[in-house]
Amino acid sequence: MIDFHLTKALHTAAGPRTLDVALTLAPGELMALSGPSGAGKTTLLRMLAGLTRPDSGFLRVEGQLWYDQASRQWLPPQRRSLGFVFQDYALFPNMTVRENLAFAASDQPGAAPLVSELLELLELTELAGRRPAVLSGGQQQRVALARALARRPRLLLLDEPLSALDLPTRLRLQQALGEVHRQFGLTTVLISHDPAEIARLADRVVELDLGQVRRVGPPIAPAAPATLVGRVLAVLPGGQLRVQLPGGAEIEVSGTAGVGEEIALTVVYH
Amino acid sequence: MLRQAQHDGILQSLNVPPDYWQTLRLTLALASCTTVLLLLLGLPLAYALAHSRSRLRPLAEAVVSLPLVLPPTVIGFYLLLAFSDSTALGRFLIEKLGLSLNFSFPGILVGSLVYSLPFMVQPLQAGFQQLPRSLTEAAYTLGKSRLTTLWRVLLPNMKPALLNGAVLTFAHTLGEFGVVLMIGGNLPGRTRVASIAIYDEVQSLQYDQANAYAGTLLAVAFAILVGLYWFSKKDAAHLS
Repeated sequence: MIDFHLTKALHTAAGPRTLDVALTLAPGELMALSGPSGAGKTTLLRMLAGLTRPDSGFLRVEGQLWYDQASRQWLPPQRRSLGFVFQDYALFPNMTVRENLAFAASDQPGAAPLVSELLELLELTELAGRRPAVLSGGQQQRVALARALARRPRLLLLDEPLSALDLPTRLRLQQALGEVHRQFGLTTVLISHDPAEIARLADRVVELDLGQVRRVGPPIAPAAPATLVGRVLAVLPGGQLRVQLPGGAEIEVSGTAGVGEEIALTVVYH
Repeated sequence: MLRQAQHDGILQSLNVPPDYWQTLRLTLALASCTTVLLLLLGLPLAYALAHSRSRLRPLAEAVVSLPLVLPPTVIGFYLLLAFSDSTALGRFLIEKLGLSLNFSFPGILVGSLVYSLPFMVQPLQAGFQQLPRSLTEAAYTLGKSRLTTLWRVLLPNMKPALLNGAVLTFAHTLGEFGVVLMIGGNLPGRTRVASIAIYDEVQSLQYDQANAYAGTLLAVAFAILVGLYWFSKKDAAHLS
């Protein structure tokens, strides 16, 4: 369990405000942080990670005090069991994909098998020898996620990890993220602006505005059409496509695409 | 052997001065020692300046950059005073540490360190500042210490800045004149570097001999810069 009450002075466009958030996270929960820019989402995430010092409050993770203003306790980020995925990925340009993961895992027992397992899990095995500069955005994001897991963290923090990606890539990575979250038994905090993404992944959403919590509760499924990615199995006569959906089900739709291509499907709820 | 003989023959026909090699060796030794020592001193200094949020930072930056704008003779003059037994520092160096720095190689080395300091620190500081803060933070969240982060993440990603600092320091020290002349004088084999030898030869109207030194310095400086730009281009191509 993670519980905290953290405050920090914010400099927003609307003038100085105080970020003041108290929350409790259940083990294994995936919580989304949402809100306009300047609301304090990234600052809150950075305070959880120990990258930004709060002005006051406390942060307790599974009984261990990571920060407590009253007793002057402060655990530096190095000693917090967490994984952090940065908005700009922050991959080390001088290392290959495998080296990025190996560097992250180097303090762990059984580092080499763990690295191979993570490469496999996030479909990076074939890219293991490449450097980050030659990877696409989606590939870099998978490396960033794999690297954040290489320390076997209990807490995973993601700062708008998918916002810069195109829709099919984003949907695939949402799936990967959901799987990783379950498989590693993580408690996850995710910053996201995308209601569909939040609805798909999060157990709970916290909406922040100008440093204050506006709403805490279950995610609201968006009224907007949802989108799936399917793989074209065959092109049928008459311009119909046979498409396989992520669950394995097959449907027929009209459109133009080649066999084996991935296409985005918009599902309208009635 | 034959090639060496031919080589010497060519140099003799160029009217090479008698202590040409000795002077050149001393010049290169001074430039090399200055570069290595400034790398070791400049890295922590540049790191501290790049990450400092102190209000005194502009003051520290001004002190580091001062040798860029001061006449070298001014630096040399004050160092000469500081090393002499007329000041407390000089007496401390001479009496307590047995270091008589004026007119000695260690003395001109200290002078070079001061004189070339900005040429090392400024590229390194810019190198540190150009790296995204998130690289450091990512290493911290992966449990890495500051030193590990510096060694494994920061330095390998600022190789052009390291190379720039080292090369500029080396080349700049090769051309040093005023500071060395003030502190070191013109003692063959001890403090007489190539740029001073040029001046000395010209003073005694030995233009050929001055030319031997001047041509060598020109060629070395040009070769160093070509090497630097060639390497930078290769490195840029490698990263893109």
